[in-house]
Amino acid sequence: MSTGPTTDESGTGPAPDPLGELLDRHSVVVCTGSGGVGKTTTAAVLAMEAAHRGRRACVVTIDPARRLADAMGLAGLTHTPTLVEGPWPGELWATMLDTKATFDALVANHSADPEQAEAILGNRFYRNISGSLSGTQEYMAMEKLYELHAEERFDLVVVDTPPTRNALDFLEAPRRLTRFLDHRLYRILVAPTRGLAKAVNLAAQTFLRTVSRVVGAEVVQDAIGFFAAFDGMEKGFRERAASVVELLSDDTTAFVLVTAPRRDVVEEATYFADKLADADIAVRALIVNRVHPRFSDDSLAVLRRRAEALAGTSLEPFARNLADFSAVAATEEAHLEGLTGRLGRAPVVRVPFLDSDIHDLAGLDRIAAHLFPDAADRASRDPR
Amino acid sequence: MDPAQFFAASRVLIVAGKGGVGKSTVSAAMARSAARAGLSTLIVELEGKSGIGSLFGRPPFGYEEVVLHPGGGPEASADVRARMLTPDDALVEYLEDHGLSRVTRRLMSGGALDVVATAAPGIRDILVLGKVKQLERGGAADLIVLDAPAAGHAISFLRSASGLLDTARAGPIHTQAADVLELLSDPDRCQVVLVTLPEETPVNELVDTAYSLEDEVGVSLGPVVVNGLYPALPGLDTEPSATDLPPSVPTAELEAMVAAAAFRRERTRLQTEQLDRLASALPLPSSRSPSSSPPTSAPPTSRP
Repeated sequence: MSTGPTTDESGTGPAPDPLGELLDRHSVVVCTGSGGVGKTTTAAVLAMEAAHRGRRACVVTIDPARRLADAMGLAGLTHTPTLVEGPWPGELWATMLDTKATFDALVANHSADPEQAEAILGNRFYRNISGSLSGTQEYMAMEKLYELHAEERFDLVVVDTPPTRNALDFLEAPRRLTRFLDHRLYRILVAPTRGLAKAVNLAAQTFLRTVSRVVGAEVVQDAIGFFAAFDGMEKGFRERAASVVELLSDDTTAFVLVTAPRRDVVEEATYFADKLADADIAVRALIVNRVHPRFSDDSLAVLRRRAEALAGTSLEPFARNLADFSAVAATEEAHLEGLTGRLGRAPVVRVPFLDSDIHDLAGLDRIAAHLFPDAADRASRDPR
Repeated sequence: MDPAQFFAASRVLIVAGKGGVGKSTVSAAMARSAARAGLSTLIVELEGKSGIGSLFGRPPFGYEEVVLHPGGGPEASADVRARMLTPDDALVEYLEDHGLSRVTRRLMSGGALDVVATAAPGIRDILVLGKVKQLERGGAADLIVLDAPAAGHAISFLRSASGLLDTARAGPIHTQAADVLELLSDPDRCQVVLVTLPEETPVNELVDTAYSLEDEVGVSLGPVVVNGLYPALPGLDTEPSATDLPPSVPTAELEAMVAAAAFRRERTRLQTEQLDRLASALPLPSSRSPSSSPPTSAPPTSRP
């Protein structure tokens, strides 16, 4: 069964290590992909392997499964990275994204004075934003990434991304947030009005009246209060957002796409890859999780004939089962073809079904063995 | 459970589950089953890109209803239709119904919708559910299958009704919220069908979601649908008897067969373990997804 890179035993040279090289060459890795494909786990594995390679790595997780979070010391809500102890020459740090806290910190940093910060942080409308405005979580993940990268105490920051049906949420997030914060409606209301502007102002007033009727006047007042308090800060936020986008487009950042071979999942991953390409972002590697092993190289037709020939014997179900798995493996490869074709020379690494959920560092090691020849070597020297 | 009986039990089925478990596939398969049982079905999609259209061999659909699978034919089945109803769609429609004119509508491009939705969290969700209630009341179909947002959001989505009922005093939204709660808490009108994979994390999340929905939303839960179960293939449990073996089977092939069998046995064992965990944590009937995942002896089909 051939999944992932293997050590070259013929002695003609080291095994190819495209993912290892990717970790060495970049200072930021973003793991994208649909929900449920194993992104968080993959992000943790990449960071851990970087630590094995002697780098100081930090992984930003979004919504890790409880047990894995515990194993990485993320049990409490840690807003700052926690050191994870382990047998590696480098360092592994981990943190869980706290969207609201990250946003609050941004507000505090951009406020002219503590009074402005307080007015915003206490505002009810502001407090709704991190929960309600789609793209906020994605944006804060990128902001966190920027912060950690700028700190210079990590050689590599690996970030998990929120599970989203819509790749656009992720790419659009900075623009959406800055547009939201820079709200035209509010500007229209507070700007001095004359002539044509007056008509627009009237329209704005009508809009607000309708909205007040629908959601309640106090709620509208809170919103206006927020924009009033925020006045003056949009420029700082916009510049910050621009810096974040710049980092994402920089050569030092690598986007890794994580997927599974199911048809609907591959379709979504293909959509992601296309959207990233539209934004001039190349996918640097594709990791396919939960691949069915192919137990035989014989063609499906041959295997099916064999099963028919064995009809009535106790071997028949075994032959039929082998043919089934061959069909599944072939189908999975067919699903992946459309995607891999789009990714040019980006390496594709497959990870087979593992026999249990990954919920501790030993589990991460098992995945690593399929992604990195060095990890496979370590595993063979120290089987658990 | 007899499909006809199950699908006739509620007029609205809300399909919910963690991202990646195959909710859309299950929604499509359920719609197809219901139609075969003679019930005209409308699938309502809430999020941008679902791929349900392609499961029926059709292009993606939008706000206007389309037919995914026409009724009639030798099976005398009913039709399957579908439409999208995004939270933004629902909000725009509602504001327009409540006095928003064409001139003011132009202001809505600048993210004004986001501002309104942020001012009143849950408002879009309430309005989506309100629209679904309208479709149900208006007899749009015998059965409406609503493909809900992924697990965590599903809870806040369904809770939006009780949340807004508390904060919005009398007014149009309050009435909407009350009507929606009425729909959600009546099992004859509405049930939530949770979907999972037979794996540890999805099962954990499903159990948490189920309890949250019952406690916080008061909605009735239908059977749990488990996707991706390996069909039973008897005869793999015991090593093949030596006397039975035709001499022509090469060793390598025999080894491959044994390895494949061991893999299937192990995966089946793990899946059964998870099904048992699910059954003991949650006293709900569970059913195998009508759509099958690997592996089967027949070539895989792309339609449900």
